[in-house]
Amino acid sequence: MWEYSDKVFEYFKNPKNMGEIENPDGRAEVGSESCGDLMLLTLRIDKATDTIKDVKFKTFGCASAIASASVLTELAIGKTIDEALKITNNDIIRELGGLPNAKIHCSVMGQEAIEAAVNNYRGIETVIHEHEEGTVICNCFGITDKTIEKAVREHNITTVDEITRYTKAGGACQSCHLDIQDIIDKLNNE
Amino acid sequence: MKNLIYVDNNATTRVDDKVMEAMLPFFTELYGNPSSMYPFALCSKAPIDKAREQVAKFINAERSDEIIFTGCGTESDNMAILGALKAKPDKKHFITSSVEHQAIHILNHSLEKMGYRVSRISVNEEGLLNLDELRNEICDDTALISLMWSNNETGVIFPIEEAAAIAAEKGIPFHTDAVQAAGKVEIDVQKTGVDLLSISGHKIHAPKGVGALYVKRGTRLRPFLIGGHQEHGRRAGTENVPGIVGFGKACELAGEFIEDEVNRVGALRDKLESEILKRIPDTSIVGSREFRTPNTTNIIFKYVEGEAILLMMADEGICASSGSACTSGSPEPSHVLSAMKVPIGVAHSAIRFSLSRYNTDEDVEFIINHLPPVIERLREMSPLGSNRR
Ligand code: FES
Repeated sequence: MWEYSDKVFEYFKNPKNMGEIENPDGRAEVGSESCGDLMLLTLRIDKATDTIKDVKFKTFGCASAIASASVLTELAIGKTIDEALKITNNDIIRELGGLPNAKIHCSVMGQEAIEAAVNNYRGIETVIHEHEEGTVICNCFGITDKTIEKAVREHNITTVDEITRYTKAGGACQSCHLDIQDIIDKLNNE
Repeated sequence: MKNLIYVDNNATTRVDDKVMEAMLPFFTELYGNPSSMYPFALCSKAPIDKAREQVAKFINAERSDEIIFTGCGTESDNMAILGALKAKPDKKHFITSSVEHQAIHILNHSLEKMGYRVSRISVNEEGLLNLDELRNEICDDTALISLMWSNNETGVIFPIEEAAAIAAEKGIPFHTDAVQAAGKVEIDVQKTGVDLLSISGHKIHAPKGVGALYVKRGTRLRPFLIGGHQEHGRRAGTENVPGIVGFGKACELAGEFIEDEVNRVGALRDKLESEILKRIPDTSIVGSREFRTPNTTNIIFKYVEGEAILLMMADEGICASSGSACTSGSPEPSHVLSAMKVPIGVAHSAIRFSLSRYNTDEDVEFIINHLPPVIERLREMSPLGSNRR
């Protein structure tokens, strides 16, 4: 059993801003049913000031996915879209009083959702790196060995820190750091 | 704690009071080491022999010295497979199924690293074994066949007697993981003709930390745990005397309860299942309803995720389990459901209910009354389903 914080339980049982805004100004769906996590975010935006007036979410996923989405909506309401884009998964984790390592990807999904929904409002298409090839090395961000290898080759990377800067991999729970280092070492020894 | 409705008996079971009673003296009064050389030690040796008889009788082994006590079902499985493979060092092919318990499913990876070729016999959408494939996979290099008797996630039963006969015809030793079958279907090692069979204590109301491996006389098996001469030199390590005594008692009781399991528990399971299907739309059962242990049902609640269901149910005091632990967002749910070609998305929505002799009609009533609002609430939160735009 995961050790969830009381806050995660509270948001899971009584989520805030659950639902879907009719004719939203911004809309995004991130994750996928096959990954067991899918989140739909809809925004109402005051166009004169670019301020987020209302946010609603719907989530197919575990308790932490639902709680992360709910916290995200609270963080986003009242912010300008530029401010909202600065919300990170760490903000979500902090609001939730922490997340188990294996569930950090839920908070990442929240960050991706607000980005994608704002992009949608601005008419920008979001490229979602869903189902990349290879095996997932960093579960938090869903980054595969292929992506990491590519980054190592393109930027002559020698440290995990650099990988995190370029790909996000390793930027949350850190349990993938050894595996990332293995990939870096392997390529640099070739 | 509020009222507990425990329907996760394939995970573990409550220790029977009579089992507990049988074990107690061996903690504080008769605590001698059976290997020691004084009469006090004998007080803990004879009860092990009795337990061995009880286990042998439960699975209808010809002789009680065909029973080796182990630390758990996983150890029994590992010991059977590694021990039998080691006994035939020139053969490098192992046949099993695609839906085995982790104890074998994960062991397969190690075997492959050790240079073995592993064939995983497929199952159909009902979870039933493809016997033709089994026949075709056997070759001169095959060292061992291991197929589970019944599946932990779905309860689906394999035709062990037929499979064992196929193995016997080719002279290949046959192991079955009967951990989930014991106490739920009748187990007769002589009639089914298996060479090796694993069972576990805590699935049949004995405590955790004790299991057994049946090794038919004449079956070649190298020891797994190396050390002392315990268990006739086949499994080193000081005997878990209280656990073994409890396990023996539990086997005796399981033999007595098997009719209750099939009839009363089976009827409860059927009611639970049919009422859930009736009261909650977009639900379906995973696996064959015909060839299944009487206590298990695995139900898909479309559009909602398993862990969320479990936590909401836990809030009502209901303990069940989901086939897939949603770990680290890895998009691999249970390998069992994948092998049964349940679409990955849907497999995240599967919940297993497993009953035991301790469950009552009230338990079932409680679940069928409290579950529908839980599912409804989670479906409201879900972007999937009929309200999808
Ligand atoms: S797996 Fe958590 S940071 Fe990579």
